[in-house]
Amino acid sequence: MKVVAEKKPSRTPATPATLATLPSDDVRQIMWRFTERYELQMLVQSARGVARGPVARLVAAGGRNSHEWTKEKNSLLQYYDESGITAASLEPEQGGYIAGPKNLALALLAFELAWVDAGAATGSLAGNLGLAPIHERGTPAQCEKYVAGAAPVKAGEDRQQVRAAFALTEPIPFVGVETGMLAGKVRVAGWKDGEEPLLQVEKRGRFITNMGFANVVTAAVDSDDPRIKGSCMVILEEGDPGIWDRGTPTKKLVHQLSSTNDPIFNLKVPAHRIVGGYTVKDGVIIPNFSHSEIIQAVFRRTRVTVGLMTSAKLLSAVEPVILYQRRRFRGGEGAPGTPRYELGIQQKEDALLRLVDVWATGEASASLGFEAARLFDELDPLEREKDRLLAEKNLTGRAAVKEMTRAQNEALALLETGKTSDDLLVKYARLDSLANVLCPACKLWNTGHGANMMREAVSLMGGYGVTEECPGFLGQKWMDAQLEATYEGPEAVQRMQLSLTMTNALFLAQFRQWIKEMRALGSERPGTGACALANAMRLWLWTINHVQTATDADGTKLYHKTRQGVTFPLADVLCWLLAARQFILDVMELDTKGAENPALAGGLAGTVNFFSDLCHVQCARAAGETGRVCAEIVHGYNRHPVWNQKSCHACYCAEELSSLEGLIPGIDGSARAYSDVSETGEDHPCKAGPCVSFAGLEEFALLRAKLDGCLTGCRLAKDRAADALTKVMTREALDYPA
Amino acid sequence: MSTAYQIVVCGSIVPDPLQTLEPIASPAGPALKNEMMLPAVLDPWAGHALYEAAALAKSQPGSKVWLVSLGPKAKLQQVMMTIAQKVPFELVALDGSASGFTDATDTAAALAEAIAAIPGLDKSKLLVFGGWESASRGAGATMQMVGERLGILDQFQGVDRLTVNVDGSLEILERIEGGKHQVSKCAGAPALLGWATGNLPEPKNNPQVGMVNMRSVMPALQKARPVKFAGDGLAFASVALPKQLRETQVVKDKLPDDIAKEIVEWIKQ
Repeated sequence: MKVVAEKKPSRTPATPATLATLPSDDVRQIMWRFTERYELQMLVQSARGVARGPVARLVAAGGRNSHEWTKEKNSLLQYYDESGITAASLEPEQGGYIAGPKNLALALLAFELAWVDAGAATGSLAGNLGLAPIHERGTPAQCEKYVAGAAPVKAGEDRQQVRAAFALTEPIPFVGVETGMLAGKVRVAGWKDGEEPLLQVEKRGRFITNMGFANVVTAAVDSDDPRIKGSCMVILEEGDPGIWDRGTPTKKLVHQLSSTNDPIFNLKVPAHRIVGGYTVKDGVIIPNFSHSEIIQAVFRRTRVTVGLMTSAKLLSAVEPVILYQRRRFRGGEGAPGTPRYELGIQQKEDALLRLVDVWATGEASASLGFEAARLFDELDPLEREKDRLLAEKNLTGRAAVKEMTRAQNEALALLETGKTSDDLLVKYARLDSLANVLCPACKLWNTGHGANMMREAVSLMGGYGVTEECPGFLGQKWMDAQLEATYEGPEAVQRMQLSLTMTNALFLAQFRQWIKEMRALGSERPGTGACALANAMRLWLWTINHVQTATDADGTKLYHKTRQGVTFPLADVLCWLLAARQFILDVMELDTKGAENPALAGGLAGTVNFFSDLCHVQCARAAGETGRVCAEIVHGYNRHPVWNQKSCHACYCAEELSSLEGLIPGIDGSARAYSDVSETGEDHPCKAGPCVSFAGLEEFALLRAKLDGCLTGCRLAKDRAADALTKVMTREALDYPA
Repeated sequence: MSTAYQIVVCGSIVPDPLQTLEPIASPAGPALKNEMMLPAVLDPWAGHALYEAAALAKSQPGSKVWLVSLGPKAKLQQVMMTIAQKVPFELVALDGSASGFTDATDTAAALAEAIAAIPGLDKSKLLVFGGWESASRGAGATMQMVGERLGILDQFQGVDRLTVNVDGSLEILERIEGGKHQVSKCAGAPALLGWATGNLPEPKNNPQVGMVNMRSVMPALQKARPVKFAGDGLAFASVALPKQLRETQVVKDKLPDDIAKEIVEWIKQ
C-alpha cells in the first residue's frame, strides 16, 4: 500500500470530527474513573489475558457443552489464581494486593471476564460470594481462617486453598413435599456444661455455584430448636462429620463455565462456625447476625457486578458485528474498493441504526454499573464507621433507626440549602439513599433490557448469530444474559426494591438536583440530549408525585406495594433515566480529562462527538419510554368517558354549527377541534366515548408535549453515529478465538 | 560460580499486530493512521529479550534487570500495565517516538546515552539485550549501534539461547542461514545479545509482581527525558505494508506426494 497524501484543507465547512478507532483503555479509564488506579489497570489487563486466552479457547473448543465440572473447566481455577483474579477480593494482609474497598475492582474484573464468557466471571466471583458473608460480618478468627485461606497457595506453603460456595437456596418447586423440610435448619446437637455447643446443620441447596469443587460453604439456616434464636449463616467444611453430598450438576443451558450443583448437607459443626459469632443468653444461642442481615450486606454489592456482565456482552458485540457486516459480501461479486465489498451490510441504514442502539445501551449500562460500583467503594468505609459510631453510642434497634432518621433529615435540609456537612452519618445517609436505588437499577436494567438488546445484537449476525462459530460468542452471550437477569435476585425482586427506595425523600431531593444539572449540561452541550433527559426526569418526577396520592377509577390507591402495575413500570423507567444520565456524565468526564492524555489528543474530539451522539440516542429512547409509561399510568387508571344522555347532549350538532357559521365565522372548525360534534342523524360521534378531559392533569399534558418536542434532532444524532460506524477503524481479527 | 549481572533490555512498543495498519504521510514524515490511538504492545522481539533477561536474573542471584524504553510516555504507561506484571524490572523511560520511521542511528544514540546514565552501572557485569528484529520496521541495525556506542565488542544476533558456564563464560546459540544455529562462546560480560525468539513462554500476568514494579515504573515515566530526533537527511521514497500473497487452487483427487512436490516447487520459486 502506497503512502496516501493527506487531503488539503477544503473551503467547505469542516465536518465535525468523528470516531477514528474503537475506544481504547485510555478512554475507558477516564470514563470509568480509574486513571489514577494502577492496580486496577493491571487487574484489567490480567483478567483480559485470562478471558481472551484460556477462557476463550475453552469456549471455542466446546467447553461449555456439558453440565459437569470437567477437568478443562477446573483448569481455569489455576489461571484465576496465577493471574491475581482470585486474590483481587482479598485484603493485602490476607494475600491480596488491592487495598481498600474493592467494588470497582471486582466490577472491572467481572466486566473483563464477561467480555468473553460470563460463566467464567460467575465462577471466579462465586468464590468471593461464598466468602462475602465472612468478609462482611465474620469474626476476626473466621476472616483469618477462611478469607485469608482463599489466597492462592504459594511455593513452600503446606495448606489447602479455601474454595468457597454460598448456599442461600429457595425451596425447590414442584417436588411435592413440604417446602419447610427443604429449608436449611440448625439444631443443637450437643451442649455440655461449660463447653461450646455443637450444631446439627441440615441444608439442601439448589443452583449452588462452585459446588462442584468448593470445600467450604456458607449456608443460610433457620433455627429448628428453641435453644437457637432466629436464623443465621453457618460455615460448613468438607470433612465435617456427616453428609457432604455435592449433589447433581444443574442442567443449565447458560454460564456453563461455572459449576452449579444441588448439594445436600447434614453435618455437625461447632457453634463458632456461626458467621459473625453468637452470644448465649438464658440458655439460648443468639447469633450476632441473622442470615437476612448478612445477605443484605452481601447482595447489595455483588448484584452490581452481575449487571456489568451484561454490559460487557453488549460492548463486546460491537466489533464482531462491524467486522461481520463489512465482510459479508467479500468473496462474492464486487471488487475491492466498491461499496459492496468495503461496506457489505453496512450499506443498509437499518443494520447500522440497530447497532447504534446496541452500543448506546451497552455504554449507558456500563456507565450506570461502574457508577454504582464506585458509590459502594465510597459507601463501604462510611458504613463500617457508621456501625462503629452507633455501637459506640449503644444505639441499637429503634434508637439506631431514630438516629439515622435524624441524619437523613439533616441531609435533606442540607441539600435544600446547598450546604455540606462533616457529619459522617449525614454523608452516609445521603449515599445510602443513592446506593439503595442504583444497585437494583443496575441489576434490573443492565441485565433485563441488556438481554433484549443482546437478542438484537445476535440478530445483526444473521443465522451466524445462533451458531457456536459466531465470532464473539454472541449467541451464548444472549442466553447467558437471561441468567444474569435472574440470579442474585430476579427482576421482580429488583423492581420491588426500587418501588420502596425510589420514593425516599433524600433520593428524590437529589434527583431534583440532577434535573437542574442536566438542564445546565443541556445548555452547555445541546448535542448530548441532556435537556430532553431533564424533561423526561421532570415527567417521571411529576408522575411519581402524582401517583402517591392519586386513586384509580374505583378509588383504590395507585401507589401501593401490591399495585405492581404502577410501581414496577415506574421503577423500569427510572433505570432508563439513571443510565442515560450517567452516560452523559461519563462522556463529559472524557471531554474534560481526555485532553490531559497525549495519547488521546488526536482522536478525542471525534470520540467525544460520537459518544455525545450515542448519549442523544439513549436520552431519546429513555424519554420515549418515560413518556409512554407515565402516560399509561397517569391516564390508564381513569375510566374512559362513555356516551350517555348527558355526554351526548354536550356534543355540538353539525347542522347547528353550519347554521351558526354565517354568524360566527370559524365556529365549525373550532368546535370540531376542541369538542365532539355529532353529524346529522347521529346521537354522538362514532367513537368509544367523549374525548378525555385533562382536568387536573394539564401540567402533565404540557410536560409530555414538551418532551415530544425535545426529541428534535435525536434522529440526526443517530444518523451521525451510524455513519461513524462505517468509518471507524477496527482490528483485522478479534483478539480472542471463536 | 554465580555472576551477578546487570542486564539492560532495550525494548519499546509497537501497534497491536491485530490492528489494521495504514501508512499515511504526515507533516513529520511517514506514519500510521491513528497511530497514537491504536492499542500498543511491547515489541514481541523485545519481549523475548525481556523474559530471557528475567529468567537469567532469577538464575544468577544478585542480578538486576532494567528495561530501557523509548516511546510516547502515555502509550508506554498503558503497555506497562501488562508488562510490569510479567517479570521484575526497573524502567528507564525516554519520551519520544516509537515509530518505525525514525532513524536507527538516532534511536541507538538515545538508548546508549540512557544506558550509560544508569546509576551504578558496572560495565564488567553488563549484558545488553534487545530484539534482533522489530515488529514495526526492523532496521536491523539499532542494537549493533547501541553496542558500538557503549564500547561492547562481543555482539550476537539472532540469539535463541544463552548459557552461563561454570567458569562465567557465556555460550550462545545464534541463528544463521539455512535454518541452522551456531554456538559461540565469549569470556563473559560485557556483551550484547539481539534475541530471536528464545525458548521461554510469555510469563503469565501477576498483579503482585506488577505492584512491586509500579513503585519504580510510575516515577520513571514521570521523569522520562524527552527525546527529539532531527531526522536530518532521512527521506522515505515510499512506504508500503507487506503484501499478503494468497493463491488459491481447488484441486481434487491429487496424491499427497504430488501435493508435496508442488509445494516444494513453489517454495523454490
